[in-house]
Formats: sequence, structure tokens, C-alpha cells
Amino acid sequence: MKNEKMPSPKISDPNKNIWFNLFFYCLCTLILLFLVLPLFIVIPISFSSSEFLQFPPEELSLKWYKNFFGSDIWMRALLNSVKIALMSSILATILGVTAALALTRYRFKGKNLIFSFLISPMIIPVIIIAIGAFFQFSRLRLIGNIYTIVLAHTVISIPIVLITISASLQVFDRSLEYAALSLGASPFVTFFKITFPIIRPGVISGALFAFITSFDEVVISFFLSTYRSITLPRHMWSSLREQIDPTIAASSSLLILTAVFMLIFVAILAKRAENMRA
Amino acid sequence: MISVRSLKMTMLKYWLLLPVFIYLLYFFVYPIFSLILTSFFDPEITLKHYIRLYQKPVYLKVIFLTLKLSFFCTMLSIILGYPIAYLLKKVTSNVRNILMIFIVLPFWTSVLVRMYAWMVILGRDGIINSTLLKMGIISVPLNLLYNTFSVTIGMVHFLLPFMIFSLYSVMNGIDENTVRAAKSLGAHPFTAFVKVFFPQSLPGVGAGSLTVFILAAGFFVTPALLGGRKNIVISMLIENQVNININWPFAAAIAFVLLIITLILFNIANKYLGIDAIWGGNR
Repeated sequence: MKNEKMPSPKISDPNKNIWFNLFFYCLCTLILLFLVLPLFIVIPISFSSSEFLQFPPEELSLKWYKNFFGSDIWMRALLNSVKIALMSSILATILGVTAALALTRYRFKGKNLIFSFLISPMIIPVIIIAIGAFFQFSRLRLIGNIYTIVLAHTVISIPIVLITISASLQVFDRSLEYAALSLGASPFVTFFKITFPIIRPGVISGALFAFITSFDEVVISFFLSTYRSITLPRHMWSSLREQIDPTIAASSSLLILTAVFMLIFVAILAKRAENMRA
Repeated sequence: MISVRSLKMTMLKYWLLLPVFIYLLYFFVYPIFSLILTSFFDPEITLKHYIRLYQKPVYLKVIFLTLKLSFFCTMLSIILGYPIAYLLKKVTSNVRNILMIFIVLPFWTSVLVRMYAWMVILGRDGIINSTLLKMGIISVPLNLLYNTFSVTIGMVHFLLPFMIFSLYSVMNGIDENTVRAAKSLGAHPFTAFVKVFFPQSLPGVGAGSLTVFILAAGFFVTPALLGGRKNIVISMLIENQVNININWPFAAAIAFVLLIITLILFNIANKYLGIDAIWGGNR
């Protein structure tokens, strides 16, 4: 009797479910395509031989890459961006690791408040950080060198490094450290012999994220960079505003490639960290 | 010796935090603080920049338009982000890793590259227009670029990954057994979703919406590159005052308004949802 009264979910909806699932998967496919398709449109355009936009390109050439690597201003922009991103990522990583160690290891009053403060550069609009830095550095007459950009980029990279490294410290087995300390190793030695090797994948991932954050950053560079200290995104910005020449497509494809390589590297590091824990 | 060492250890936490604090105070807080201070002095203490901001309808309209655009983009991000986050929850971890590429790759690609792509797609001689012309559907190119439409598309494309991350981090913590229990008690799968799963995912919707809204309200790159004359937002107004009008105090006043809006929203997010919900439960 009981069983007859109970509506059986398995009988009631196979047909509806098929249509609903079909609709759901189609919708999801469309949304995912919306996210990635724009990136894959840029790459074929960079290999086009035409001055004008053609999609798909009729003839293939490496003209725009030659243009990119043969141009003084594009090369200077690329070199500046690499230099700035390297310096800023080292700086942000050092500051991020120390802060992450303090925040994950020790008890604090108002820890949440400290953490909110440290990640606030991620929340405050970049335009405010950018004009703040512009205001300050122009008062000090420091506009025009790449170091001001390094200092400002580090501000926005610190939260990213902090979050990445905190995550890898959270799954860390602290008994390894206690073992080293109880055997007489100093905290300093313990850190470099035990802690650091274990959290190294997390630290490298954080450094990579900081590198790409600076490498792709445009608003701060928009205000702080000059002709001499121009960055790659800054020069792309001017080119986008003036004329849309496929050299931008070449430069964009290189930026996409950088992101792809970085993500592959981070995935390998995550795998390695997982194996280490197992 | 032991007491000295343990004293050193308790002090260590402050020493570890000191560099990052000094750095952020000097290169982040101090510049913004001294900039905002200029909005109250010209040359004596005054509120005239704020009065100007309040009295000129143009400026209030920009603020209103920014908030409206941000709200609209947030809604669209929820609508597009929710199914994807739900899909990520449903699939096996191998499929999830593959799907994640679709979200993480655009997330880590320069926003300029993405805006360039949209210019190529939506432009007058762009992919959509040239395809439609070739097929004979239209005879004159459509105006798809430099208007509210293109700004919205560009912004949603930028914001969507943030929304998906927030939603997924909350959905990931929902116990699937609660839904199964509802179904086994006779609830239709749709009812089970609406009454059991959806309410549990609401903190993710809240956290995602606030994050996305904050990002949208301060956004500069997309409106500046994809917007038209009618799509002036707060950040563009600030840039205009700095670079064209060279009116630092007024630029500072607008920046302060934007900062206040951001901080209020961040506080709401932090208070009601907890910082964990916003940053993907890393802490």
C-alpha cells in the first residue's frame, strides 16, 4: 500500500529530463564558448597577410610577427614589461610569503581585519591606486622610469601572492617543523630546510601569478609610463585607440601564449605538490 | 635560553608582517590618502569640489549610469554564471579540470587582448557584420561597437569568471545528499533544486554579486575602449579630470566617492558573507 502511494521519481520524468538536460548542456556550451572563443579569434588574425580584417584569413603570413619583433617601440615595450614584471613579482613574492607565514601560523587579534587590509588592493578600483601613485610620484618628480611602475604593480600583486601562498600553507603538515625544531634546528634553518622546500610549488605559483598580473596590467601603466618607460599593454592601448593594425593581434597572441604557458606550469606545480603530500 | 627563544618566536609574527605593512602603507595608503586630502583643500579647507559634484547634473548622471551599468552586468553574470557553476558541481573531477580551462584561460589573459577580440568581432568591418553582409541578411553594417551593448558584453566577459569562482566555491560545499533526500521523499527534481539546492547556494550568489559589482563600478579599461560618448563612467571621469582638465582636487573628490561606494559594498560583503566566501574559501 505504501509503495503505491509514493510517487516514484524515476518513472515521473525521464522525458522531461532529457529535454531539460539537452537545453542545459547547450546553454552551458554556449556560455563556455562565449568565454573562450574571442581568444581563439585573435590567433588566426595574427597570421593573416592582409592589412584589413579578414576572418578567416585568406592567406597566411608571419608579416605581423616580423613587424612586432622588428619594431623599436614594440621591442622596447616588451623588454620593459618583462623587466617590470620580473622585479615586481620578486618583490611581491617576498612580501607575500612573509605575510602569509605570519597569518597562517600565528594567532592574532583582528586577524580578519589584517587580512582584509592586505587584500584590499584587489578590491579598491585600480584607477584609484593608479592616480594615487601618479599623484605621489609626480610630486616627487619620479615619473618616467620603470621603477615607479614596479612599485605600483607590486601593490596589486601582493593580494594575489598572499592568497595563493596562504592556500598552500594551510595544507602544510606542521609536525615536520616541530620535529626539526625539537631536534635542535633554529627557526631559520627549519624554514629553509623544511618549510620552504615543501611550500615551494605554492610560492612559485604565486610568483607566476604576480608576474602575469604585472605583465598584463594596463591602468597603472596608462598613468605612469612615458615614451621611455612604455609597457606592452600601454603600447597596445595606444594602438587600439589609433588604428587597429594586426600587429596588435600578433602581440595579443603572444600574451595569450604567455597565459597558456603559465597555466600549464601552475598545473604541473599543483600536481607535484599533491604528490608530495601523498 | 628557551624563554628567549619563545620570546623571539612571539615577536617573529610582527617582524614577518612588518615589511608588507610598511610597503602598503607607503605605496598604497599614503598616496591615496594624500590625494584625497587635496579634494578638501583649495587652498583652504573647503567642500566646494563635493558641492560641484552634487550640483552639476552631469556628474550625478555619470555616477547613476555607472551604478546602473554595474547592476545590469552583475545580473547578467549571475544568469550566465549560475549554470556553469552548477555544471562544475555536477561533473566528475576529470571533466571539471577540463572545463576549468575555459574559465581560467580567459581569466588570466590580459583584459586588453579580450577587448581587442571584441573589437574585432563587433566592429564595423568585424566578423559579425561581414558574415551577415555576406549572407545577405543585412545590407548596411550594424552599429555593434562603441555603445552600451559592446560595453556590457565586454564587461560581462571580464566579470563572468569571478562570478563563477564565487558561485562554485559555495556550491562545492553543498551536501548533495540533501537534494537526494528531497528527491527520495518524492520531490520532483526541479522542486528539489528550487527548494533545497538553490537556497543553499545563495551565499555564493551574494558574494559573487558584490565582488562583481565592486569590480564593475570601478572598471576603466572596457568602458574606455568599447564605450561610446554616452557610456562615460566614474573612472573615465576621473581620468578625464587628471589628464585633460588637470583638476587634481576635483579628480580626487570623484575618486573619494568611488572609494566610499567600494568600501561600503566590501564591508557589507565582509560582514554578512565573511571574507572566506568572497575569496574562494582559501582561508
